Amino acid sequence: MQHFAPPLALEIHALTKRFDRPAVDGLNLTVRCGEFYALLGPNGAGKTTTLRMIAGLLRPDAGSIRVAGVDALADPVAAKQVMAWISDEPMIYDKLTPLEYLEFIAGLWRVEPAQARSRAQELLDWLDLLPHAHERCEGFSKGMRQKVALAGALVHDPRLIILDEPLTGLDAGSARQVKSVLRERVGAGGTVIMTTHILEVAERMADRIGVIAHGRLIAEGTLDELRRKAGTDAAGGVGTGNDASLEDTFLALVAAPAEAA
Amino acid sequence: MIARPGSAVWFAAHEWRLARRDWLAMITAGRPERLRRAVFAIAIFVIFLHVVAYWTVGRYAAAGPDQPTLAAVTATMLLSWFLMISQAMESTTRAFYSRSDLDLILASPAAVARLFAVRIATVALSVAMMALPLGAPFIDMLIVLGGWRWAGAYGVVAAMAAAATALAVGLTVALFRVIGAKRTRFVAQVVAAVIGAAFVIGLQVAAILSYGTVSRLSVVQSRSALALAPDAASIVWWPARAALGDATALVGVLGLSLVLLGAVIAMVASRFGEYAVTAASAGASKVQARPTGGFRPTSPRRALRRKEWALLRRDPWLVSQTAMQMLYLIPPALLLWRSFTASDGAYQLLVPVLVMAAGQLAGGLAWLAISGEDAPDLVAAAPVPPRYIVQAKIEAVVGVIAVVFAPLVAVLAVASPWHALVSFAGIALAAAAATAIQLWFRSQAKRSQFRRRQVSSRLATFAEAFSSIGWAATATVAAASVVLAVAPASLALLVVAGAWFMSPRSAPRAA
Repeated sequence: MQHFAPPLALEIHALTKRFDRPAVDGLNLTVRCGEFYALLGPNGAGKTTTLRMIAGLLRPDAGSIRVAGVDALADPVAAKQVMAWISDEPMIYDKLTPLEYLEFIAGLWRVEPAQARSRAQELLDWLDLLPHAHERCEGFSKGMRQKVALAGALVHDPRLIILDEPLTGLDAGSARQVKSVLRERVGAGGTVIMTTHILEVAERMADRIGVIAHGRLIAEGTLDELRRKAGTDAAGGVGTGNDASLEDTFLALVAAPAEAA
Repeated sequence: MIARPGSAVWFAAHEWRLARRDWLAMITAGRPERLRRAVFAIAIFVIFLHVVAYWTVGRYAAAGPDQPTLAAVTATMLLSWFLMISQAMESTTRAFYSRSDLDLILASPAAVARLFAVRIATVALSVAMMALPLGAPFIDMLIVLGGWRWAGAYGVVAAMAAAATALAVGLTVALFRVIGAKRTRFVAQVVAAVIGAAFVIGLQVAAILSYGTVSRLSVVQSRSALALAPDAASIVWWPARAALGDATALVGVLGLSLVLLGAVIAMVASRFGEYAVTAASAGASKVQARPTGGFRPTSPRRALRRKEWALLRRDPWLVSQTAMQMLYLIPPALLLWRSFTASDGAYQLLVPVLVMAAGQLAGGLAWLAISGEDAPDLVAAAPVPPRYIVQAKIEAVVGVIAVVFAPLVAVLAVASPWHALVSFAGIALAAAAATAIQLWFRSQAKRSQFRRRQVSSRLATFAEAFSSIGWAATATVAAASVVLAVAPASLALLVVAGAWFMSPRSAPRAA
């Protein structure tokens, strides 16, 4: 019988970045196409640095990054063409309207105008931004700004979406809209990699979860696999075996390397 | 002694601590280890200014209160006073609109009127402190050469700062009431800038219209102006008399200014909090943009250019800050108009002004386009090679320079093709050099930090200014003799090369 390996959306090998101390320390990570991958870790674990290197915003000291089979360090433009990056601080221009913002992004990603226009209308409608399509973003709330940024990330139909704490500061309604858009993307074959401190979101949305600490991947898998690895029940007695929440599991996992250190 | 919390003295101590730390951060660029070097540099600069002052005002040390002297001193003081009003308006507007600690203070049970009274007084103090570094060396030299009577000039500076602040606060509050919170921010800042430039420009315009030169004091010292001026005993000259050592005039001027400031504080401080809350509420209003015809076919470079132009066009505050430099083009433009059929002398005067203005405008625009990118990660994450991004931003700057200066050069070309050609070359070189310097010293900042760009890299600011001066000098000399222009051009190139050498160009960039 022939095994069919699903194509990889992201392959990271021995990725290293050092500032005054190692921020990312020989990280290996693979994410399959059509997967929702949550990257968790305590503050300063190296999550944002990792995502910024994938998005081409930081150059690693060592290691390799392949996005949809493209070597992102050798050909960053080709890799960026299939990616979108969203940070916790929405990257939008106050003096542009949502529609103009999407037109700008469509220009940067060389999306054909007719296609971009119909996609922009669809996204603005989907995210309840259509009534504000011609208003400048300067008066928008944090939630609306984040939705504009999300529309910008999706207007060029990326195969890989990288999000760094996208739900920070959003109200329940906006957070639900963002989550539903992301799930829809994954359902349509896209790949999402997201960092979050809201463990419930990772627990409910992610197909696989990676836990990073001190710049290294210390655990990876589905929630059940992580529970088993953490031995949550036995190790700390904070969980109840298969019923242990991701929070219990996460705390047990990140506590182990800290104790070892 | 520790002041009672919530008292005016306690607020004053709080403001003093914040101001001192801000000032230290400004002179050391946020690196405390540089303090000794900064103090040394300031000391050298102060000594240098004293030397300049000795050569400039030394001969006036023995001047008495005759009408021409009083007219010249009054005009000089008015020049400074207008600048003080401009600065005080700017500070007052910031106090209304900058949120910083206002939310904390307004939410506290403290008597906010006391804090705002202290803040208005702080504005007056800061206005005086800003004027002193430039004024003190001249006053010191006059004291050394002309005696202690000149010490009264320090009192006049304090009086001018108090009166300027009173007027600025009154004007800003009046604007607030008449045109509302939403428009006041922009209008007040434009008014502040125009007031700052208006008197200088006004004097130049008057000088050009009547005498055909740009000398600022030629009008006030002219025989016809002096004939219209009041006699030397008039109260109009009291500020000038106070500066010249008349104790009665000094007490009168200082007393009147302080009473004026006190009255404004008493009237406004209690309502300042209310104004600040109104200003905050005005910030969230919706602005509709004219719908565009839909998505246009474009390339990444064109999209970047369009974005830069749209952002610039839609930010009246930034436009006003950038275009203020253009106000100084009014006198040379007038000179051009007046001298359209006259000799080459007038055109010779125009060339450096155009070149200098182009260099300064290009520097400001280049900072906005290159460093003042509000979504740097978005642009860096786009599938566009970094060099294309930089090229597009430079093209956006060049486009604006072309639109502003092409009409002036075209008019000049009709009158004097040679001067137009030299101006064109000078404008291109000055703009290119200023843009290159901003590119080499680029740093990440918000567009709203435009006013603080000089602080973030003083080296870039000085290099940009000296390069513009160098190219202006080159163009001036080139208009007369291309061969002789090699010397100033070499100096300008040296400045640009020095800037490149000292720039942090080796710093790591985004991938």
